[in-house]
Amino acid sequence: MHTSFNPWQWLADMNDWTFIGTLDDIPRLGARTVETPLGQVAVFRTAGDELFALVNRCPHRGGPLSEGIVAGRMVACPLHNWVIDLSTGEAAAPDEGCTTVIPVRCEGGRVSLGLAALGTVADG
Amino acid sequence: MNKAVRQRLVVVGNGMAGMRTVEELLGRAPVRYGITVFGAEPHPNYNRILLSSVLAGEKRVEDIVVNRREWYAENGIALHTGDPVIAIDRAARTVTTVQGVVAPYDKLLLATGAKPLMPRLPGLDLPGVVAFRGIADVEAMLEAARSGTRAVVIGGGLLGLEAAWGLRRQGMSVAVVHLMETLMERQLDAEAGHLLQQDLTERGLHFFTGGQTEEFLGTDRVEGVRLADGRAIPADLVVVAIGILPNIDLAKAAGLDINRGVVVGDDMATSDPDISAVGECVEHNGQVFGLVAPLWEQAKVCAARLAGDGGAAYATPPLSTRLKITGIDVFSAGRLAAADEDDCEIVLRDGGKSVYRKLLVRDDRLVGAVLYGDVADSGWYFDLMREQRPLGDLRERLIFGRAFADSQGAKGGIDVAAMSDDAQVCGCNGVSKGAIVSAIGTKGLTTFEEVRAHTKAGSSCGQCGGVVQAILAHVTGTAAVASEAMCKCTAHSHDAVRKAILNRELKTQAAVREALGWSSPDGCAKCRPALNYYLLCAWPGEYVAEQGSRFVNERIHANIQKDGTYSVIPRLWGGIATPAELRAVADVAEKYAIPEIKLTGGQRVGLYGLKKGQLPAVWADLNAAGLVSGHAYAKGLRTVKTCVGSEWCRFGTRDSTGLGIELEKLLWGSWTPHKVKLAVSGCPRNCAEATIKDIGIICTEGGYDIVVGGNGGIEVRITDPLVHVSSEAEVLEHCAAVLQLYREEARYLERTAPWVERVGIDYVRCRVADDAAGRKALFARFLHSQTYAQTDPWAERALGGVDAYEFQPLAVVG
Ligand code: SRM
Ligand SMILES: Cc1cc2nc3c(=O)[nH]c(=O)nc-3n(C[C@H](O)[C@H](O)[C@H](O)COP(=O)(O)OP(=O)(O)OC[C@H]3O[C@@H](n4cnc5c(N)ncnc54)[C@H](O)[C@@H]3O)c2cc1C
Ligand code: SF4
Ligand code: FES
Repeated sequence: MHTSFNPWQWLADMNDWTFIGTLDDIPRLGARTVETPLGQVAVFRTAGDELFALVNRCPHRGGPLSEGIVAGRMVACPLHNWVIDLSTGEAAAPDEGCTTVIPVRCEGGRVSLGLAALGTVADG
Repeated sequence: MNKAVRQRLVVVGNGMAGMRTVEELLGRAPVRYGITVFGAEPHPNYNRILLSSVLAGEKRVEDIVVNRREWYAENGIALHTGDPVIAIDRAARTVTTVQGVVAPYDKLLLATGAKPLMPRLPGLDLPGVVAFRGIADVEAMLEAARSGTRAVVIGGGLLGLEAAWGLRRQGMSVAVVHLMETLMERQLDAEAGHLLQQDLTERGLHFFTGGQTEEFLGTDRVEGVRLADGRAIPADLVVVAIGILPNIDLAKAAGLDINRGVVVGDDMATSDPDISAVGECVEHNGQVFGLVAPLWEQAKVCAARLAGDGGAAYATPPLSTRLKITGIDVFSAGRLAAADEDDCEIVLRDGGKSVYRKLLVRDDRLVGAVLYGDVADSGWYFDLMREQRPLGDLRERLIFGRAFADSQGAKGGIDVAAMSDDAQVCGCNGVSKGAIVSAIGTKGLTTFEEVRAHTKAGSSCGQCGGVVQAILAHVTGTAAVASEAMCKCTAHSHDAVRKAILNRELKTQAAVREALGWSSPDGCAKCRPALNYYLLCAWPGEYVAEQGSRFVNERIHANIQKDGTYSVIPRLWGGIATPAELRAVADVAEKYAIPEIKLTGGQRVGLYGLKKGQLPAVWADLNAAGLVSGHAYAKGLRTVKTCVGSEWCRFGTRDSTGLGIELEKLLWGSWTPHKVKLAVSGCPRNCAEATIKDIGIICTEGGYDIVVGGNGGIEVRITDPLVHVSSEAEVLEHCAAVLQLYREEARYLERTAPWVERVGIDYVRCRVADDAAGRKALFARFLHSQTYAQTDPWAERALGGVDAYEFQPLAVVG
């Protein structure tokens, strides 16, 4: 049945961890996206298998960070090359701006996101 | 030294101008005065400019403090915060504070700044109506943004717009009420003002221009504003940013000469020689101030005077402004519009890209600049204005910016070596060239980030970044070295890395990084694509390209667009298309509701605006009609443009179209250091523009002229002649050999034009034209590598193929 979507109710429901896939689904030094009613989230995997998730919008002009080149704990935005810190969502100097960090958890290869953080939008 | 003999200096106002004066004074005469500072605000002094960044959530309050309390203590300064001075007794030479402190002085410095101008309208006192001046105001705004959702900002000037943007970033919906018809009318001309309004509207701000506020609505708390035309705008917060008034109350009560501000002379002294004043509270030659750059000059002069240098005199420097809204680039300096016939306006406008540039020239000198959208050259223009340099030949190229002006000979750029030590580099933080040079020297700074952290140059509006970097390069002499090193992960040059890959048989990126001592285990976004290419070129068939080391376009074989969609450009060999192929393109465009079809500048058809997820299906359909990837996204072979040639043209000497197709079939699929484009023209009229291509062929009655190293892009370069040959087979062999030489020896991201310039055309001739055996070896190596390269990446990835995960989300939730 189709009911109208209430984003705030949805966020409240999302308070717990949401399972999104397995570690193997995400390429090393790459990213995958997760679609949510409040927009795309990018989930990154570093060379050392650390996972990070960000709202998939560059603080500069909204470029899809999931498509950027990952190095260390950084991703370079594909549109104009801003470098974003995966752990804080912040743009590296001299650029200034920040994208929202989404908590991510990996247990036994199962990856989940704390999607309630989508409510705190850092980017205007 | 005996403290008792020190004179007593009392400073009223713990803000930007006052504390800068004290810093300058400590630099000149560290022990001359016993200093006492009174500040009305409860904080140590902070960078007021950066309140905008605090509001926008980009900085925290602690990040913008300039001098911590320890600094005052270390310099023996008695600091009284949160205790405003309420009276000056000039006869007794004392000041008195709210809390009853009475401090005697020998010299008094007034640096009380300015007060926000508040309109005397009904409801002004309601809670929720705030100004934008201090930390307290920002805290009030942030608090309101947490509980409320709507804000009105009154005033569409620099300050008002920064407030509006900050509140928007905090998640509020924001309306700006501006009295005038265009925004920032004092800094921008109408055209730039309109562009700004357009951009900010796109970012979600609402505007009421020509709007006069008449009343603040609400009973216990502000609930909105009402405009003169009767419209009411609801709001939980109203920010007033319509201007400032010099803060002259104390000076007035003390009987000093005042006008709009506290009147000072060139020595920064007031009408009482023992009392000086600096900052936004002063008036000098009828001028009052609202930007920091002139304040730094005042501070310098005032400190020199206090230190006993009788010659120092203040004159207002040229001023510039820049809006501090991330992603919106606006700059203005000097005059905005021609006043009479001697003024000449030069205007450049690109509506599509939202770029606008207006320069004002008078008597062969630049006297004004308004830049919108692209402000990269603002520092350069501003320097030309400050130095009042005669423009001469530069004038006709001026509007196109520095890179263009410089590339046309006559260097117009600022020469950092020639800059004097006290030339101001960072206007926002008042940092001179000398200060930067000495910080680099004494603290051993090597990066821009370090210089910025230590000197604060470049940390506010960012306009001076280029000059700071140029100074760094000049002082450390790293410019040459830096361009040699591949990236910040290694000191090795591109050429050295390539040699090592071959000589030491390094076959993976990890092996290269390990063998050559990379500083980061997985490299960076700069070196990884380069290594990926070098390995691919060195070990064809062995090395497998790393997906994570490719720019998105090359990773997924489509070109990313500004909105995150993609373009798809199939190959039309030599620019020829069959009806069936065109029909297939049209069918695909309809079937997938593709927003735009465009004929590209490369003689092909482009499909624009595809979602990533649509790509495999579109490719499958195109493949079915025989269309393959045009590699329009690749550092590889792009197009071979042709003219109709002898098949149709009455001047055509040979089958240029057919030769173009053969060349494209030979060369397609190869990866190269940068993109490669060819063209074949059927006669010297050269309709295919072969002389600005990487490799061009011009057919003549006598054979084929092969030319190389042309470029029609950013810096146009005409090709150099390579060789004249007489058969198509020779054309193919020579072209493939040149391409292989380029593949093996050029640096990553170096196009053929700069490569030929660097190695010289004679070198290329000697390797390809003169050395038959060498040419054949190059040709053979090229053919070998092509056996691994010529597979259509689209076919591999069409529905359900390679890298399927790339084209679908990991999960869909909610
Ligand atoms: C589509 C097209 C414009 C058009 O609407 O016609 C185009 C579009 C782009 N060009 Fe171009 N160029 C196109 C023909 C040209 C031409 C004309 C030509 O090839 O005859 C030139 C000048 C010739 C030359 O390259 O020397 C040209 C010089 C550039 C440059 C400057 C290169 C230089 O060395 O200075 C860039 C920037 C770069 O490559 O770094 C560029 C970069 C781009 C990029 C790739 C920008 C980007 O990274 O997103 C654009 C991709 C848009 C897309 O998604 O397709 N484009 N570009 C043309 C595609 C031709 C094709 O069928 O493949
Ligand atoms: C949000 C914002 C953004 C800005 N952005 C820019 C920009 O990008 N570029 C630019 O050039 N300029 C900018 N400015 C302007 C710049 O901040 C001012 O020009 C500068 O701060 C003025 O320095 P000042 O020392 O004269 O005044 P202030 O920095 O205001 O210092 C005056 C101090 O004196 C104190 N005081 C006043 N009366 C008394 C008293 N009786 N007793 C004790 N203390 C007293 C005040 O509390 C205040 O702390 C901006 C201003 C604001 C508010
Ligand atoms: S890169 Fe080419 S296609 Fe893109 S805007 Fe510039 S000229 Fe046009
Ligand atoms: S959108 Fe990311 S750098 Fe411009």
